Amino acid sequence: MLESLFFLIVAAVAVISSILVITCKNPINSALSLVMTFFCLATFYVMLDAPFMAAIQVIVYAGAIMVLIVFVIMLLNIRTETGRKTTHAILAGSIIGLFVLFQTCYFLTKGTLTGTKGAMDTALVEKVGHVELIGKALYTDFLLPFEITSLLLLVAIIGAVILSKRKI
Amino acid sequence: METIPMPAINFAAVMPETILSVFAMVLLLVNVFVPGKQKAYLAYLSLIGIIAAGVSVFNAWDAPLALREGFNGSVLQDNFSLFFKGIFLVSAALTLLISDQYLNRENCNHGEIYPLILLSTAGMMLMASGTDLMTIFLGLEVLSVSLYVLAGFNRDNVKSNEAGLKYFLLGAFSTGFLLYGMALTYGATGSTKIGSIASFVAQNAAVTANPLFLVGMLLMAVGFSFKIAAAPFHMWTPDVYEGAPTPITAFMSAGPKAAGFAAFIRVMIFAFPTLKADWSDLLWILAVLTMTVGNIIALSQDNIKRMLAYSSIAHAGYALVGFAAGNAEGAAGILFYMLSYAFMNIGAFAIIVLIGKKGEANNNIADFAGLGFRRPVLALLMAIFLFSLAGIPPMVGFVGKFYLFSAAIKSGFIWLAIIGVLNSAASVYYYLRVMVYMYMKDPVEEFDWVKVTPAIALSLLISVAGVMIPGVVPGYLLQLAQKAVLF
Repeated sequence: MLESLFFLIVAAVAVISSILVITCKNPINSALSLVMTFFCLATFYVMLDAPFMAAIQVIVYAGAIMVLIVFVIMLLNIRTETGRKTTHAILAGSIIGLFVLFQTCYFLTKGTLTGTKGAMDTALVEKVGHVELIGKALYTDFLLPFEITSLLLLVAIIGAVILSKRKI
Repeated sequence: METIPMPAINFAAVMPETILSVFAMVLLLVNVFVPGKQKAYLAYLSLIGIIAAGVSVFNAWDAPLALREGFNGSVLQDNFSLFFKGIFLVSAALTLLISDQYLNRENCNHGEIYPLILLSTAGMMLMASGTDLMTIFLGLEVLSVSLYVLAGFNRDNVKSNEAGLKYFLLGAFSTGFLLYGMALTYGATGSTKIGSIASFVAQNAAVTANPLFLVGMLLMAVGFSFKIAAAPFHMWTPDVYEGAPTPITAFMSAGPKAAGFAAFIRVMIFAFPTLKADWSDLLWILAVLTMTVGNIIALSQDNIKRMLAYSSIAHAGYALVGFAAGNAEGAAGILFYMLSYAFMNIGAFAIIVLIGKKGEANNNIADFAGLGFRRPVLALLMAIFLFSLAGIPPMVGFVGKFYLFSAAIKSGFIWLAIIGVLNSAASVYYYLRVMVYMYMKDPVEEFDWVKVTPAIALSLLISVAGVMIPGVVPGYLLQLAQKAVLF
């Protein structure tokens, strides 16, 4: 009871702050609303027995990435709001958006949205520990994807240097 | 302290990828010591890497199952993926051969382009042999991130910058769809391994009606359709193909498109066999839209790179015809077609590299006026590649289309085949238009007398051989493709 009440409050904050991200005129306000959204997501992770994910969400997204975004906004010094025009694109977008919303609601009420439990259930997480399980999965089941990530980072580093260094 | 049991690793299953990655890292180090004028040596060094990877692909063909599987079912290097790896290596090698001259002309011969091409090829290979949705996703990301950089590689050219940025933004957006689809599929079936998904679906028939599963399939289809540039997810293609450096455009149209098809086929056929009726209908619509949109818009293009971009959309549509058929012939047809498309398209782009002038100039169809009189050999080669793209016998393009459309007829998609043939007929117009300019109009301004370097000559030779020989005797290559789809 208390948990679902708490969930509803956090969910409401998450929805409102993510709407604010795209409606705020000032980019700094948008960025701060995004931080709020990330914190709400982190809360969800905690409620789902995934404390490691929550910590990563706060450290990486709300911390590192958002600091970067705010820095860029401040360096670019965007002040003037480019005038918002009511174009056909906005109209078409909202029609499609409403359609998708309707579709989602239809599925939620109509279909059987039951997922399948994987091998790692709550009891196991509480017994072994979240971080240990993730570490084990990374080095056994997902060893290759884990290694590919390092290639991906290498590519990203090369790309960042190539595209942005003043003189190469 | 508990020890983690190590999984069966089996490096043999990822040998080509490993070779390419190692070569890419060595190249990055060597690049520092190579002076600016002599970056061509890096291209040759990367070619050695590609040949080494090719040898390992060749050796792995028909290998026993124990050597194919690796990393707890994350990869499976079967004949299907080996055939695709061959396509990626061919397109990467041809791209390396044509890139040096272009890069020198555009003053952007930074050595980093070669490791990026090798790493993107490794990414494509992981997509083709990945049997875990995570492997496929990360392979796709390695490929995409390298391509974003490669598209914007010509830093001093505004159009190239635009291409890189546009590709990045739209690509990131579409990756979101793909990943969301994977997440929903995981939620519905409880695993990211394609094998486990398949066995779960076989045991629980009820999951087919689960909206999570359906939406997951749909979103993954969207993500892959973006990668293969199928309409209505094709909007990025013309701008990116036009703005990217010409050799990279050639690369993008051949390799990554094939990689997209490889992962698309693997996921749809293995993970969603029970939904075949659904995805077959979906691909039917996609194929018709893609062919028609690509061909109709290509009719009105003046820039030849843009025209070939729309033509490449149309060609993805032809391949989708074979995919919609959903049978082994269709899949074999796609494999064959993707390989032949790599030859003919990169060949055509090699000619564009030669005709182009500094600053991405001279890329209009009108600039080909009179080429047939001034540079008869180049014009003849261009004509061969364009005829093949149009699907006229005895070039390989005809054979490829023939197998794709006959596969569609065999599964009862008569109308789809008819629409495909009609589209193919319409496409002849814009290919012939280039030839009219080359052979029936006088040159407007003189061509620069560019020297055809041995590297480009070699790539043209390989491309012509790849277009003509399987066009006349398709049997051997087709048997390989048919063997590859026996999974």
